Amino acid sequence: MPLIPVVLWTDALVYLLILLILLIVGFALYTVRHEHLRAPWLRVFRSRVGMATSVLLGFYVVVGVLDTVHFRLKLDQPATDVSTPIRYAPEVLSLLDVITSGLRERQEKSYSAPFAAHLFVKEAIEQPDGTLLRDYPRLVHGGAHLDDPARQRGLDIAWRALWGVLQGLLISVMSLSGLIWMMARARGESVGSTRAAILAGRGPLPWRYAFAMLAILIVLILVAAELSAKYHIMGTDKVGEDVFYQTLKSIRTGLLIGTLTTLVMLPAALLLGIMAGYFRGWIDDVIQYIYTTLNSIPGVLLIAAAILLLEVYMSNNADQFASLVERADLRLLFLCLILGVTSWTGLCRLLRGESLKLREVEYVQAATALGVGHVTVITRHILPNVMHLVLITLVLDFSGLVLAEAVLSYVNIGVDPSMHSWGNMINGARLELARDPVVWWSLTAAFVFMFVLVLAANLFADVVRDAFDPRLRTAL
Amino acid sequence: MTAYIIRRLLYAIPILIGVNLITFVLFFVVNSPDDMARMQLGDKRVTETAIESWKQAHGYAKPLLYNPEAAGIGRLTETIFFEKSIRLFIFDFGSSDTGRDIGHDIAQRMWPSLAIAVPVLLVGLAFNISYALLIVFFRATYIDFASVVLLVAMMSVSGLFYIIGGQFLLSKLFHLVPISGYDTGLQAWKFLILPVIIGVISGIGAGTRWYRTLFLEEISRDYVRTARAKGLSESRVLFGHVLKNALIPILTGVVVVLPLLFMGSLISESFFGIPGLGSYTIDAINSQDFAIVRAMVFLGAVLYIVGLILTDLSYTFVDPRVRLA
Amino acid sequence: MSTRDDVLLRVEGLTVQLGDPARPARVLEAVDLSLRQGETCALLGESGCGKSMTALSLMRLLPPSGRVLGGSVRLRDTDLLRLTEAEMRRVRGGRMAMIFQEPQTSLNPVMSVGDQIGEAVRLHGEGRRAPAAERVLALMKAVGIPDPARRVKEYPHQLSGGMKQRIMIAMALAGDPELLIADEPTTALDVTIQAQVLGLLKDLRQRSGMAVLLITHDLGVVAETADRLAVMYAGQIVETATTAEFFKSPGHPYSRRLMSSLPAADKRHARLAVIPGRVPSLERVFHGCRFAERCDSASPRCHCDEPAWHRLSSGQSVRCHLFDPLENLPSQERRPGTQDRPGTPNQLAGFQRGSEPLLRVRGLKVYFPIHRGVFRRVVGQVHAVDGVSFDLHAGRTLALVGESGCGKTTTGKGLLQLTVPSGGSIRYQDTELNGLRHRQMRPFRKDLQIIFQDPYAAMNPRMLVGDLIGEGLQALKIHATRAARERRVAELLELVGMDSSAAARYPHEFSGGQRQRICIARALAVEPRLIVCDEPTSALDVSVQAQILNLLKDLQDRLGLAYLFITHDIAVVSYLAHAVAVMYLGRVVEHGSVDEILEDPRHPYTRALLSAVPVVDPTRRRSLIRLEGDMPSPIDRPQGCHFHPRCPQAIAACRNAYPEEQRLSESRLVHCWLALA
Repeated sequence: MPLIPVVLWTDALVYLLILLILLIVGFALYTVRHEHLRAPWLRVFRSRVGMATSVLLGFYVVVGVLDTVHFRLKLDQPATDVSTPIRYAPEVLSLLDVITSGLRERQEKSYSAPFAAHLFVKEAIEQPDGTLLRDYPRLVHGGAHLDDPARQRGLDIAWRALWGVLQGLLISVMSLSGLIWMMARARGESVGSTRAAILAGRGPLPWRYAFAMLAILIVLILVAAELSAKYHIMGTDKVGEDVFYQTLKSIRTGLLIGTLTTLVMLPAALLLGIMAGYFRGWIDDVIQYIYTTLNSIPGVLLIAAAILLLEVYMSNNADQFASLVERADLRLLFLCLILGVTSWTGLCRLLRGESLKLREVEYVQAATALGVGHVTVITRHILPNVMHLVLITLVLDFSGLVLAEAVLSYVNIGVDPSMHSWGNMINGARLELARDPVVWWSLTAAFVFMFVLVLAANLFADVVRDAFDPRLRTAL
Repeated sequence: MTAYIIRRLLYAIPILIGVNLITFVLFFVVNSPDDMARMQLGDKRVTETAIESWKQAHGYAKPLLYNPEAAGIGRLTETIFFEKSIRLFIFDFGSSDTGRDIGHDIAQRMWPSLAIAVPVLLVGLAFNISYALLIVFFRATYIDFASVVLLVAMMSVSGLFYIIGGQFLLSKLFHLVPISGYDTGLQAWKFLILPVIIGVISGIGAGTRWYRTLFLEEISRDYVRTARAKGLSESRVLFGHVLKNALIPILTGVVVVLPLLFMGSLISESFFGIPGLGSYTIDAINSQDFAIVRAMVFLGAVLYIVGLILTDLSYTFVDPRVRLA
Repeated sequence: MSTRDDVLLRVEGLTVQLGDPARPARVLEAVDLSLRQGETCALLGESGCGKSMTALSLMRLLPPSGRVLGGSVRLRDTDLLRLTEAEMRRVRGGRMAMIFQEPQTSLNPVMSVGDQIGEAVRLHGEGRRAPAAERVLALMKAVGIPDPARRVKEYPHQLSGGMKQRIMIAMALAGDPELLIADEPTTALDVTIQAQVLGLLKDLRQRSGMAVLLITHDLGVVAETADRLAVMYAGQIVETATTAEFFKSPGHPYSRRLMSSLPAADKRHARLAVIPGRVPSLERVFHGCRFAERCDSASPRCHCDEPAWHRLSSGQSVRCHLFDPLENLPSQERRPGTQDRPGTPNQLAGFQRGSEPLLRVRGLKVYFPIHRGVFRRVVGQVHAVDGVSFDLHAGRTLALVGESGCGKTTTGKGLLQLTVPSGGSIRYQDTELNGLRHRQMRPFRKDLQIIFQDPYAAMNPRMLVGDLIGEGLQALKIHATRAARERRVAELLELVGMDSSAAARYPHEFSGGQRQRICIARALAVEPRLIVCDEPTSALDVSVQAQILNLLKDLQDRLGLAYLFITHDIAVVSYLAHAVAVMYLGRVVEHGSVDEILEDPRHPYTRALLSAVPVVDPTRRRSLIRLEGDMPSPIDRPQGCHFHPRCPQAIAACRNAYPEEQRLSESRLVHCWLALA
């Protein structure tokens, strides 16, 4: 085997999450028959914002998933030697690393600005004649193909960008035509009429917004790929790592914090919230006590305390961790858990309130009158009727958690410093703000990628809430 | 009413005990003082004696819960649990791992925190409510649409960027105010103005959007239709009826955070070098001073509970329907 | 007929749409209406027919998605639709005022009622000499609010529903309106309070000479208060007439059907007339008469030509082809009739009174504790149900009658242990049910079932109808296999008159009446012997109510079910019940056979209650015994007889002790000191 798969803890949870989503999608396909289950989702995708943002979020998710498939490559060995066991590289890579291996491998020595051909700091350069000159040295990779960067660079960038745009347009047209052809087949119409309908915005779903977003993304990706083959399009950081690569790697961290936190807190919130509301009495008192107590501890401090303790534990038991990656991964998981502990109380309280209401609703009373047991009442009547709250909370919390990661990492109680994350990027760049001229590119890269993700998530969350909240629907 | 307050205060006791237990377990059971000493002393191969002397110096050289060597009541009091946890109940925070009196530090650092947090809250509230009213007055027009887009964009920006951007623009580019630092007395204003402005701006997105939702929710209620049927103008409906009702959730939402203002803002205080409780906490976290973190956890819990009680009380003042019993 | 001069309001061709312009709901189509000075005109129709939208369009208070497409609204010489918004605001609350259905939500909860009235006074009180505060008090006095000087500072939540509606009226009167639009002003109120409010409106109209446009679905209210009426159906007015003419001989087939679907005592042994189908969706485009598909006199022409107005010799105007003089058929003779199947006589042979009761309730008590103080000690009880006793017999219906808050629903839930009783005995055959635990109660769940008031809330929206009906079969392990359950569900659907294909659909696909049928099927699934019917028809329109009442009656005849029928609707009682128990403040005050109670009520409360019910037939009208005030709270009940503070006949004894049970006949019991005398 050329590689050996590595499944980190968070990877396993991501796979679980994907499995869950696939189950839900399968269920959704089943529900297509059932108008009222499908209706809220239809409302989501009927909105133009919902269509466009879901494509954008989809892009982030694809990057995140690519970055989740981890493995170790086989080391090159002399083929003759059969007796030695196959050895694998100690380095854990992901699919994303392989795809962007160019970015990963083109290390510079230190800071360099976006599209720069020279280092950001002066160094003593040995001249051919043996004298030393303090100047900005040429980069090893960025713009290395140019003979005279000062003169050629602008034109070179323009040509490459244009070439990227052309490639992108071509691929967009091809892939969109493919999609339209598939849709036409599914609908049993001619390709022409389907295309006309989509472009004119007819039909129940505003596909053209999704398609436009997709085309924009493809063009951007191609332009970025074309340019980053020869330049560091977002510069390099202190140790010369490509910032574009860093920010792509940070996507997985952001997404994980945003989703796994909710995933790990969900069982507790669901179980306790519904139990408190449904059974009332002493069960309710105990559960309320638990969440009031947890809530009264300031969240940041609880996280800080827990992370500090984890650090103490890790530094005292360093030998238990096979690699830095594993250690960083466990810290990430632990962070999700502790963030979950501080954030489950909100959902729990919401579910308790809703269950309190539902237990008095006539259909629950009717079920009781028919002798239906508590467990069945909860699973059949209460749970399905609070799931919209869970979904709304999930999407609403997502963007907040992504933002929280940055702040926590800034305070050094976030993800492991060795892990790529927007928080760490900001934290690292912050110290360089005092420099003159300013090292602005790490911040900007983190800002742009985070802002787009959070904005898309916020807009999508709004659409989902409007579609699923029955209270909002009644208003004319 | 009095009975209600007494009951709520009594209920606070088990909660604070719970908070105390959680912190005790986190700080002394999951990680023993030995671990902490090793961590603080840095090296993995520290000698036992070094650990013992560190523990001795910081008051951790005692059994956790029960001291069989002490006499009488001392068996319970001369323990870590009693000295480090129970004492918090009388607000005796002890001294930090670096030997400073935490209670004194808190009392001093509280004021700079308030000097930022209170203006941020008040100015933010005034601005957000006015802006939300404006949006609601022009609801379903382009002003509404553009504002909502702006607000969502504003709330999608991490607070860190507001601070970094604000510092960069106002201090570095225009040299209007000092980047960071603090001064005593009235001289402090020029150090405070930037954090306050940034605090207000970073709160606009979420705040105004929430108030807009509240106003819109109220505007669809039946009594608004009644008010219109009376012949009231739209602005009088908005200010006379809608605002009055929407202020109930707004005010109670403010009251719940009032006590927590003492805790200061972690991020902006440390960015701007304000010697408040927020930066105190951050420094403690970074220097891994467990005694301070523990004290702040307890203080935060107390203030949170006070906030909850105040919220319930504030309902009785602003909402004639609520009676506490 | 009338001189043109005294026409106050003239609506012509008013057409209104709601919602998305591409798929509009055509809520009003060419509505014509006129109102004379000082007259009360009723706008009658079932839910969703557009009557409230008419009122809102007149006030120009349509929801944001509403648009007036055409027509004119003239208030004397003012064309309201042409006024600017600022001018219209002076008309609103000034010349034209409106009161709404839900007094609970229609008042601002955080503003004192005095301020709310004062606001209207200040807006429209220019040129009046009396200061606003005095005018507020005067208005409150005028609408019959006792002790207005104290009440003026109170908030809406401190007032009862009837009081709130009076405040609404006071607010509407502030500008001395020429026209008062009352949108279902009494629907949310109890009958005795309804009588008070309707009486007040009548008085005010006589005193001030304003006209009233009364919007209602209640034929009885129309008959008792209106001078003229207009019947609305699916966004159109289909008939206008004077009240007297209309109730003597309604013209439009819809009106006739509506009248004959009203339950009443004289229809007891017959089926009620029903209107098949459901009110059409207003989103579709109509061709021809909108009622055609539900009309049993419809001719092919009705489906394609829209009928014109025809004036009948009796004076009313009807929008129906049947009255077209050009039609060769003599329309007056061929008026659509109500040819109903002759009623099946009640087959009560097997279930006569005197046989062992199925369920014997003695002294049932349901108290809810009130906690107060530091330790939340129990300091008092809400006496929701306080010693209720009755028997239920197989094949018979006991109606539990009373106003909201009297404990009738709690009694029903207490019987089924859905609310745990605090005391008393519930003997089902030979077993005491009170005190059984959740698990022990299970064997009896099969025999005792319940149907709820709101068919929309009574079904889990996420379950298939088949699973809903089969729920009990599964839970009580009556049919273990899915196939057996499905067979049984199909049978049950057929039994309640629905197609068995309904099993594979979701509740939201059905109308209110169909949903109530499904709820009945669910209760019947476990073959109960007794069903508690908790106001099963009060959320339904009259024509649909008739279908459900017919069904319940059929089922009782066929299956020998015992019903505990909880209701506030006396007409339903008179149609369906065999025995009646009247509740007041948690206790039964009078109990007897339906004839005894309805024909000859003995308890003063029963008398007042019955007299307050609006009746269609003028010959059956009683003189109103108007009760003062509201029902006291079950937390703080009056000493002695609970009813004495409101009782017109109270004597000294009433103040001292709660009256003992007086047996007046074999079947009748009364709790009243006067009943002996």
